Amino acid sequence: MEITLNHYLAVGAILFVIGLMGVITRRNLIIIYMSLEMMLQAANLTLVAFSRFNGSLSGQVFVFFVITVAAAEVAVGLALIVALYRLRQTTQVQDLTTLKF
Amino acid sequence: MNALFFWFFSIAMIVCALAVVLGRNPVTSAICFAFTIFYMSALFVMLNAFFLAAVQILVTAGAVMVLFLFIIMLLDLTEPEKIPRQRIWMGCALVLALGFLYVVALTLNATPEGAVTINAAPPTHAPTDRTMAIRVQNHPGASTGFLVDLSDDTHRIGHLLFSTYDKPTDNKPVPISYVAPFEVTSLLILVATIGVIVLCKHDEPRRPSPREEITREAPPKVEKAETASIR
Repeated sequence: MEITLNHYLAVGAILFVIGLMGVITRRNLIIIYMSLEMMLQAANLTLVAFSRFNGSLSGQVFVFFVITVAAAEVAVGLALIVALYRLRQTTQVQDLTTLKF
Repeated sequence: MNALFFWFFSIAMIVCALAVVLGRNPVTSAICFAFTIFYMSALFVMLNAFFLAAVQILVTAGAVMVLFLFIIMLLDLTEPEKIPRQRIWMGCALVLALGFLYVVALTLNATPEGAVTINAAPPTHAPTDRTMAIRVQNHPGASTGFLVDLSDDTHRIGHLLFSTYDKPTDNKPVPISYVAPFEVTSLLILVATIGVIVLCKHDEPRRPSPREEITREAPPKVEKAETASIR
């Protein structure tokens, strides 16, 4: 059985959906953050697959930039979580309701 | 053989991703996420993106996951979530997920299987690239999706990222270069570093150093001594 672009796109979509479900259902900020990362990585997988099957390397360069931005984003986000934990002693989202309407 | 590898890596990746989302313990989730990244970089290798596979393992599985584990253990978040998940949110998430998957399935069905085959890499600016593209085009493995010849993708990514010359040769368009975005990325990382330091800096009232205490307490003693001697 030949592996085509559609297979990679399907795997990427499944990974994205798993990340989405994690973001919606989980209560721990850190795990929500990990699920966000997973959604980003799913998009990376589809980008690399498109780049490979179209014979253009620009997609791979784009993924390179996405990985860089994701690393910077993780650093800042985890710093925010640590600052929040110092203030509230919790990382569970149901305890953080200051902005709740 | 390639199909076998593809199925193994993708199924293992999806199982690890499910373990991240369904696991109760954050440490287990983080380790499963690292394994997800490993399997994804294996898929990158199968897509001939060797450089990105290496970067993925180094940056995401190495640096980012260590950061996650460090924060989890620093804040001691190993206790499981207190409140059980609400049914409404589970239903909402399921509906969203199934809807998304349905749209993706529709799109993939609209694209007939095998209609998208691997195009040959377009000839880029360097002459070695042009010969390589021809070799790739004529290669018997080119249509099956996996080239026996490990084409020099990393080399070409380097050219794409860092080449600055802009002389169009024989009516070819000027090659795209990503030097400027690359430099902007370094600026972004600098901003992120400074942001992290600012966010995590403690604003406690400053405790005076021992030397300052000595100098602050010394004058009254001298004064007392002087007043005593005067008396």
